[in-house]
Amino acid sequence: MKLIIILITAVFVNNIVLSQFMGICPFLGVSKQLKSSVGMGGAVIFVMVCATACTYPVYKLLELAKVEYLQTVAFILVIALFVQLVEIVLKKTMPPLYKALGVYLPLITTNCAVLGVTISNIDNSYTFVQSIVNALGTGLAFTLALVLFSGVRARIADSDIPETFKGVPATLVAASIVSLSFMGFGGLFS
Amino acid sequence: MPENKSSMHEFTKGLIKENPTLVTLLGMCPTLAVTTMAVNGIGMGLATTFVLVCSNIVISLLKNVIPKAVRLPCFIVIIAGFVTLISFILQGYFPALYSALGIFLSLITVNCIILGRAEAFASKNKLLPSILDGLGMGLGFTLSLFVMGSLREIFGSGSWLGFKIPVISSNPVLIFIMPAGGFFVLGCIIAMVNKIANRKPPAEISCSNCPNAEMCGQTKEDCTREDK
Repeated sequence: MKLIIILITAVFVNNIVLSQFMGICPFLGVSKQLKSSVGMGGAVIFVMVCATACTYPVYKLLELAKVEYLQTVAFILVIALFVQLVEIVLKKTMPPLYKALGVYLPLITTNCAVLGVTISNIDNSYTFVQSIVNALGTGLAFTLALVLFSGVRARIADSDIPETFKGVPATLVAASIVSLSFMGFGGLFS
Repeated sequence: MPENKSSMHEFTKGLIKENPTLVTLLGMCPTLAVTTMAVNGIGMGLATTFVLVCSNIVISLLKNVIPKAVRLPCFIVIIAGFVTLISFILQGYFPALYSALGIFLSLITVNCIILGRAEAFASKNKLLPSILDGLGMGLGFTLSLFVMGSLREIFGSGSWLGFKIPVISSNPVLIFIMPAGGFFVLGCIIAMVNKIANRKPPAEISCSNCPNAEMCGQTKEDCTREDK
């Protein structure tokens, strides 16, 4: 039951993009088209779950050595290494998947959502399974936000927008409205 | 003195002309997340400035030692080291700010402004220009966070830097301090900057105008290809 609550909270109530403001750059940059939104989302889900699986034992090691303050340094290094590794492995073993996700992988190293989710797993003192579920939920939340927003962007492209608001400002205002709709999920669990 | 003039330029370009948040559209996540109060905006801005200047110094000094192929992990570790340092300082001396910034303090590590400056400037320039560049970019970032934080605090909670504002404080527009308000205010500020500067709206944010495009191992064509 706890796991389901964690999952739903991560996807809807605390949507990583629309209410926690992580991963805004890819949210605004890649959401232009449905296809690339799904691709980026898939890559993020994959990396988030695996990065969590890697960083959780790393944190336990740090805890054993009593150097928890190295958390940030260790986590970002693990994520950077992991992303590189995934890229190489996918390229060699699964070319079709690499073709679908490959472009987005390098971008993910500096995506604050990935580092954010690994750190918040530790902050919330989740167990290993809960961490994985939270990472999965967060990845799904990211994908959901991107996919929803790509639809909105398609509409913006056809609209008549005041000159000064063209481009990024209009996108941000639209994001604000989408974010408003997600506020409706607030208080789902209290 | 051309020498002097150019170092002045390194400093001032980040403040307005190449303001990282409002013009080059980097570091959006902290800009949106911590600016519910002007004080938090300043705190986040200064913390980022500290990390940016320190990492620029170290990277500029080590630019000949770091092998090209592994520079990204090297930069990130240097940056993460300074982030750990600043979070200790804040935790010790400014506990209120420390808890207000929360996870976004650790996330300074992946702030694309810092990595972007390391790659685009510090790894190619001498020590002094790198310091000035870091200082200018950092203060430009602080400035935009402050403006953003002020607007959201004034309208959303009816106060400014802790002072109550008579009319608004009895009827604050709560939406401004909620996530939706953050997107809205930033959109309006960027639109206003466009209007004042009387320039064409910035190109869409996409990988192709990201200064890190080169670093993440792909050419600009790679990035734009997916947009089409």
